[in-house]
Amino acid sequence: MEIPYTVEPRPDSGLANGKLGVWLFLASEVMLFGALFSTYILLRVGAIEWPHGELSVALGGINTVILIASSVTMVIAWAQLKMHNFSRGRLFLIITMVLATIFLVNKYFEYAEHFSKGEGPWHSTFFAIYFTLTGLHGLHIIGGIVVMAYLAGPGAGLWKRNPDQFTNRVEYTGLYWHFVDLVWIFLFPVLYLL
Amino acid sequence: MDTVTHTAHAGTHGDVEHHHEELGFWRKYVFSLDHKVIGIQYAITGLLFLLFGFTLMMVMRFQLAYPGHPIPFIGGLFGPANAPNGVLLPEFYNQLGAMHGTIMVFLGVVPLAVGGFGNFVMPLQIGAPDMAFPKLNMMSYWVYFCGGVTMLASFFQTGGAAQSGWTSYPPLADIAPGQTMWLVGMIFLITSSLLGSVNFIVTIVQLRAKGLSYMRLPFFVWAQLVTSFLLLLAFPPLEAAGVLQLMDRVAGTSFFLPSGLVVSGKPLTVAGGGNPLLWQHLFWFLAHPEVYVLILPAMGIISEIIANNTRKPLWGYKALVYAAVFLGFMSFIVWAHHMFMTGMGTTISAFFQTTTMIISIPSVIILTALLLSLWGASIRFTTPMLFALAFLPMFGIGGLTGLPLGLAPSDIHLHDTYYVIGHFHYVVAPGTIFALFGGVYYWYPKATGRMMSETLGRIHFWFSFVAINFIFMPMFIQGLGGMNRRMYDGGMQYAHNAGLLKWNIVIGIAAWTLGLAQIPFIINFFGSLKWGKLVDKNPWDATTLEWSAPSPPGHGNFLTEPIAYRGPYEYSVPGAASDFTPQFEPERA
Repeated sequence: MEIPYTVEPRPDSGLANGKLGVWLFLASEVMLFGALFSTYILLRVGAIEWPHGELSVALGGINTVILIASSVTMVIAWAQLKMHNFSRGRLFLIITMVLATIFLVNKYFEYAEHFSKGEGPWHSTFFAIYFTLTGLHGLHIIGGIVVMAYLAGPGAGLWKRNPDQFTNRVEYTGLYWHFVDLVWIFLFPVLYLL
Repeated sequence: MDTVTHTAHAGTHGDVEHHHEELGFWRKYVFSLDHKVIGIQYAITGLLFLLFGFTLMMVMRFQLAYPGHPIPFIGGLFGPANAPNGVLLPEFYNQLGAMHGTIMVFLGVVPLAVGGFGNFVMPLQIGAPDMAFPKLNMMSYWVYFCGGVTMLASFFQTGGAAQSGWTSYPPLADIAPGQTMWLVGMIFLITSSLLGSVNFIVTIVQLRAKGLSYMRLPFFVWAQLVTSFLLLLAFPPLEAAGVLQLMDRVAGTSFFLPSGLVVSGKPLTVAGGGNPLLWQHLFWFLAHPEVYVLILPAMGIISEIIANNTRKPLWGYKALVYAAVFLGFMSFIVWAHHMFMTGMGTTISAFFQTTTMIISIPSVIILTALLLSLWGASIRFTTPMLFALAFLPMFGIGGLTGLPLGLAPSDIHLHDTYYVIGHFHYVVAPGTIFALFGGVYYWYPKATGRMMSETLGRIHFWFSFVAINFIFMPMFIQGLGGMNRRMYDGGMQYAHNAGLLKWNIVIGIAAWTLGLAQIPFIINFFGSLKWGKLVDKNPWDATTLEWSAPSPPGHGNFLTEPIAYRGPYEYSVPGAASDFTPQFEPERA
């Protein structure tokens, strides 16, 4: 039994199954983070005073640059695979993973500093929403790394059997990755600058 | 008869065209990738949870009917911590109440209506070989299963299960015992629904058979499509709310805890600054669309049964479709009609009253279209049709009694009374659950290749129908009299309830009768596997694509490529050879 349209797009929808699935998943993600951003707004509007300058803009700024760079390398990975250049495609996939890991290491130093000062999520509403939003975003980064590690490692065998399907998988991972990047682009000004 | 068994046999034992390997027991029945097996797994698990959730209520109903009396027969089973000498403790009563709601909604009705019927019927109706993502499908079942186990296990932890109601309003839910397990269970269930809804939408958009345009889809498929969008977009805010409440309980945050909260005379040592109303907004943002998640698949099932048993096309197919889609959109902007009593202000109340009145229009369109479909038909009174016919007035009562709750002035009087309980149970119990029973009787022959017994089916229907009305109709009387819900002793300490308490005994007896009335169903469900009459592909003379597959369909579903030549409900077409012209029957030249 074959499921149709796993690789080639269905003519009337113009999409392959996986791509539509990823877009729908991202729609639900928008609702998830949308609810959390709404929470942020509601708590901030209801607060008597809201702290400023609690977070390191420098570290946050560096992380923003890192994530945007990782989105670029992700696109290059896909473009290389589209040009049937597997080894370079995989290389850029690995670079994306490395950048994502640097992001997390950076985040770890930020977290550790706040915890050492006793500024955990219990400290105030600001830190509560800060840790919840960035923590959930961090989980999404980890999820992305796991998928990329699979594609660059054990999942890479698919390239030999069905290069188009493999390229599609990298593309879908890329869609997800850009979304995770985009969430951070909202998180950075909202938490660090405003 | 031999040919049927033969095709069914060939189907289940690996497809003829592809590979001949035999799947082992575990891969075939437990960790199956076949949407039909997963659908049946969902359906049976869902039915068991419905029975379990109903049992909790039968226990509670004894306490309400005879407050302070030991529960007969099973009172000793709950242990001294929950029910010393068989008499329920208030804390345990609260656990039963919270878990009854949670189990019925999230573990019973939705998994049966969407996971069960959606999974089994929808791919067959659109002529697909399977769901678009079979592995994801298996995963959503098992994630749901883990959520169910977590919920059940929570009864056995110290302090018991969640006891803040199925709505889990903070600040109580932030500090009451048992809630953490509930939240973990809910995160499993939400994840499962999200995976499932992505799968459903992709399957409907991508895997429709040749010729099956959107306006040729059976209404059931439309209902599942709209339902999936509701699940996809409404559940994440509850997931967010669940994460926040979990943070409140585990990480010491105070998202939902205001400053200066005093619990049992002691100030709570948290940072404060949170907002309990935030939970209500996030919760109802899910839970109102959830109401339509509960009712839309039921309407879909009812449409199939009514078209088939009236032997007429559905009245107003397009109106049904547009109404369902409009209903889906509107359901996202009515949530705060659950919150008129929170003091959110008259402007916001006015907005939500207006949207609530608007959303009743598509519901009425759907109900009217189904009612008009009966006009002038020579109806076949089969068991599924009996349930479908009962659904119409029952859902009608449920819907119409909702109008006074949607208007703030009348809601202030009725809020949190038994009137509300009566209202939404009319929608969900004799409404949705009757539709689900109808669906079980209707598609059982497709799933098993055998009919269920009509006699047992009728006994099941008539006893359930009478009993269920004796449960919920008196609740309107109690509620209008001002009796509050969630009262451990039924509210006997309040003078205004004095004349209303006698109804608790009536409701109790009716509830236990309803429990007994399910026995013929259980016998029928399992007995028919062995003794049911063997059937061919299309025992109901139906028109949609699932009836062109063998009963039961093998892995991969169809023996030849299904093609849809026409709309879904071509019954009694003038000049046609028989009173039904299936979608899969080629045009005669």
